[in-house]
Amino acid sequence: MAVEDIGSGCSSSGDQEFHVLAVDDSIIDRKVIERLLKISCCKVTAVESGSRALQYLGIDGERSSLGFDELKVNLIITDYSMPGMTGYELLKKIKGSTKLRKIPVVIMSSENILARIDRCLEEGAEDFLMKPVQLSDVERLRDFMLRGGEDREVVGCKRKTRDDSCSSSVLSCDRDHPLSPISVSAMAHCKPISKRSRLLATD
Amino acid sequence: MEIVGQLQKQFVDFSTSLNHEGFLDEQYLQLQKLQDESNPDFVCEVVSLFFDDSEKLLNNLATALQQQVVDFKQVDAHVHQFKGSSSSIGAQRVKNMCVAFRNFCEEKNLDGCLRCLQQLKHEYFLVKNKLETLFRLERQIVEAGGTVPVIG
Repeated sequence: MAVEDIGSGCSSSGDQEFHVLAVDDSIIDRKVIERLLKISCCKVTAVESGSRALQYLGIDGERSSLGFDELKVNLIITDYSMPGMTGYELLKKIKGSTKLRKIPVVIMSSENILARIDRCLEEGAEDFLMKPVQLSDVERLRDFMLRGGEDREVVGCKRKTRDDSCSSSVLSCDRDHPLSPISVSAMAHCKPISKRSRLLATD
Repeated sequence: MEIVGQLQKQFVDFSTSLNHEGFLDEQYLQLQKLQDESNPDFVCEVVSLFFDDSEKLLNNLATALQQQVVDFKQVDAHVHQFKGSSSSIGAQRVKNMCVAFRNFCEEKNLDGCLRCLQQLKHEYFLVKNKLETLFRLERQIVEAGGTVPVIG
């Protein structure tokens, strides 16, 4: 994607500005993910830990600094390995909260561990991205949000059979599928898709 | 201007060699794509954060390995962090050294860890030096009225 294209995408159709909460203990990674998201026309709030994220979202027992409606978060993207609370633990807390469980959560990790990926997807993560995160990954997330990602409790078949032409994200497969929710047990029968197959191929 | 052309060629040759010698990988190019007129110093800012973070980590590693009873989990945690940050900026040789280092942590091999720390420091200061040279060349090009060539 040419640098010159970056500005045009962010022109002022204000109704499509998504707010992403990014969680990562690395200051370097926070800076990079923030830039990636801003280039993709997202408003970003970047915090350094799961507990700060929960504080921001207003579910750690303390009052959040903003009313819930004001802070409307469209997506949470979190690192997996963080001291204190891992991204997986944060995911569980979010999915366990009636107030927050509809917010899609994406996990990032530098480690290619299949069991970890499966565990996160089974717990309700929308996607699992390998670090370093690329602009193409973030653009795909934006497409997901544009398709109304936040309104779906269960993404229509996230998984399909292995296909070398698949891009690197779990989300990309449902581009061609109608958004019919499928049951969790049906999903369990789906074969793993591109993200997992790309990861396995690089081992 | 002649001088701009020379500097630009130096820049391209140097960048290419850094890539060929494995100092910087594709991720560094990805970072450059995120830089534009609205964020002209993005790469330099990220790399500066990396320098600060790395030097802290190297100190933490030295301290952790000097303890009477070495906590290899703690050492591994520092190396993991270093691996992540070096990977995020494309410092490939540093990242690879971190991978080797983590293996020694897993084996609780103190000698291996100490050797890795020395090598890691060496690789880090090498890439730091290269990056500073790269940024200097960019500044010189701009000061001479030219634009920095886009690589890759």
